[in-house]
Amino acid sequence: MKTLIAGGKVIDPSQGLEGDFDILIDGKVIAKIDKPGKIKLDGKGKTIDARGCIVAPGLVDMHVHLREPGYEGKETIATGSEAAVAGGFTSLACMANTNPINDKQTVTGYILAKAREARCKVFPIGACTVALEGLKIADMGEMKEAGVVGFSDDGKTVMNAELQRRIFELAQQLNMPVLVHAEDEHLAADGQMHEGAVSTELGLDGRPAVAEEIMVSRDIMLARTTGCRVHIQHVSSAGSLELIRWAKTKKLPVTCEVTPHHLTLTDENIGDYDTNCKMAPPLRSAEDRKALIKALADGTIDAIATDHAPHGILLKMIEFDKAAFGIIGLETALALTLRLVDETKLTLMRAIEALTVAPARILGLDVGTLQVGKAADVCIFQPDKTFVYTPERIRSKSKNSPFINWELPGAVRYTMVDGKVVYTG
Amino acid sequence: MMLNRKDILGLKDLTVEEINLILDTADGFRDIATRKRKKVPALQGHTVVNLFYEKSTRTRTSFEIAAKRLSADTVNFTASESSVGKGETFIDTVRNIEAMHPDVIVVRHGSAGAPHMLSKMIKPGVINAGDGAHEHPSQALLDMLMIRDERGGFEGLEVAIIGDIAHSRVARSNIYGLQRMGAKVRIAGPATMIPIGIEKLGVTVAPSVEDAIAGVDVIMMLRIQLERQSQVLFSSMREYSRQFGLNAKRLELARKDAIIMHPGPMNRGVEIDPFVADCQRSRILNQVTNGVAIRMALLYLVTGGGN
Ligand SMILES: [Zn+2]
Repeated sequence: MKTLIAGGKVIDPSQGLEGDFDILIDGKVIAKIDKPGKIKLDGKGKTIDARGCIVAPGLVDMHVHLREPGYEGKETIATGSEAAVAGGFTSLACMANTNPINDKQTVTGYILAKAREARCKVFPIGACTVALEGLKIADMGEMKEAGVVGFSDDGKTVMNAELQRRIFELAQQLNMPVLVHAEDEHLAADGQMHEGAVSTELGLDGRPAVAEEIMVSRDIMLARTTGCRVHIQHVSSAGSLELIRWAKTKKLPVTCEVTPHHLTLTDENIGDYDTNCKMAPPLRSAEDRKALIKALADGTIDAIATDHAPHGILLKMIEFDKAAFGIIGLETALALTLRLVDETKLTLMRAIEALTVAPARILGLDVGTLQVGKAADVCIFQPDKTFVYTPERIRSKSKNSPFINWELPGAVRYTMVDGKVVYTG
Repeated sequence: MMLNRKDILGLKDLTVEEINLILDTADGFRDIATRKRKKVPALQGHTVVNLFYEKSTRTRTSFEIAAKRLSADTVNFTASESSVGKGETFIDTVRNIEAMHPDVIVVRHGSAGAPHMLSKMIKPGVINAGDGAHEHPSQALLDMLMIRDERGGFEGLEVAIIGDIAHSRVARSNIYGLQRMGAKVRIAGPATMIPIGIEKLGVTVAPSVEDAIAGVDVIMMLRIQLERQSQVLFSSMREYSRQFGLNAKRLELARKDAIIMHPGPMNRGVEIDPFVADCQRSRILNQVTNGVAIRMALLYLVTGGGN
């Protein structure tokens, strides 16, 4: 089965490709890329009309919570993957805080079995510590054999620095990255939002930026000590960026990601106690947001990741200080990133890189590229076509998003996984 | 004149005219307390629900007396906060209460913003009787009525608020209200209890209690509760009393006619010296009488009184 994607503008940061090209897909792989009109299907196969569209590698989200097993009321691997492909994503890395927690090969195996019926590719992340308790190292080697692509206690921070050092040493030996949620749990304590003038005004306990910065600096130093590939998840403060910049000038194996919501919103958006603006790390100040955008543009921030965190209304339609942390993000990530491109804060090339090959490389995944011979995972979107993100169009099982009813650019037209169209918009 | 809002959620968004209207209305209601028959028919046929998620006998009783003096029917709900995901949620409880067709719901809740959430979901008026560390408008209004009685107005007044500003809803409401009316507010307390960015509300953060008190017209002492807060904020009540308590010596730094206020309940001997608390400049007891009058005014005005 052959498919020709014709008439679109191709952007593939993995090979520095930007321009008008047609792409031929043969079976599951990219077969050929050539000037418009050069590739002929000679009667066999179908053509996808990509005129007016950007043709990019399928997007890669290295940080999602698919809630299965254990919290299928919030999301399942199936519904999460539906949301993913609707947002242009073709690969997801799912965090370990399921129930049971993915801290052993049986759970990894269960997730991978479920993933076979998903609309897109799903790569599990294993826990660093047993039950995410931060006390005892999980069987990381066993989980690697079972198929995890990295380790993380996401949602929690390993507070014991010695334990973190040992985790890094073992992961380094396994040649696996460790993804860290960097928030000092004592400093963040019962904080509900960024600590600053807005939290003071609202009378809510704050999670200070320094809670993140201390752990970012600790883990950078431990990366230097151990040589482990350390990836800082959802960076949110300007101070953390200074530390990461330093690490990169020292050529330390440190990478990081930012979420679309931290790039778009600030603590002011909490307004009248909007629980859909409650997440950890929290939305920070306007200066932090500005610094994040700049760092994404200059490459200090490697990747964009959603931290897609579905929660039902029982955990969101309640008092702010009781509400759960986190929001969904798979169906808005591309659009929110394109807003920054429209505001000329980011080139389209850099934006797509942060959504495709950059996260793929951090996790060592052979995806996020349109190179000939690679899997035909493709995202085709129309940058100038807007859509309104209504509750009805949300494919995730949960609807906890602060972007509901926003008009957003970049409607996804087609998403393809292994050469097969899995979503048509 | 009437109030063009169904809810009183905080002092932050009340205008000068609205604050004056509330204080004037309360002023008019005050003499009812001295009458033989302490009742007016203003709210006859109205139902006021007191929904209290925190124990506060003083505030609840004050609202209840206020409602009864206006001839309203009152229903008290003392609810306990159920753990997340279990039992009835706040919204469920409120929906059940709404089915009783109340005219006003007075709500006290440990979570900042709970009354705001409530006001968006239901038709009856909502009066915030204290939400977390956010606002406590009726308390601030009664403090303001007291200050107006003493000083005739607010323009140019200097007010010091001393104590745990970070966790005080009374402090926030007073800061908004007093500044809106033209007073200047200074705050002081342990550095661990002065929240980040408080200057953005317009106050001056004084380096010490002495600096805060020097030359002020009003000293407002906040209750300190070390037992309830995390141990890391301060060492001991004794140390607090020495560094931040109001004693006779510190009181001398204020204007000769300065008054002392305390939203209560007081810890005599901790944030305030027992003799100072009972001295002739103290206005601590009078605040209770004003409390009922202010709450009558709020109930009357949110139900369309003055129309
Ligand atoms: Zn996290």
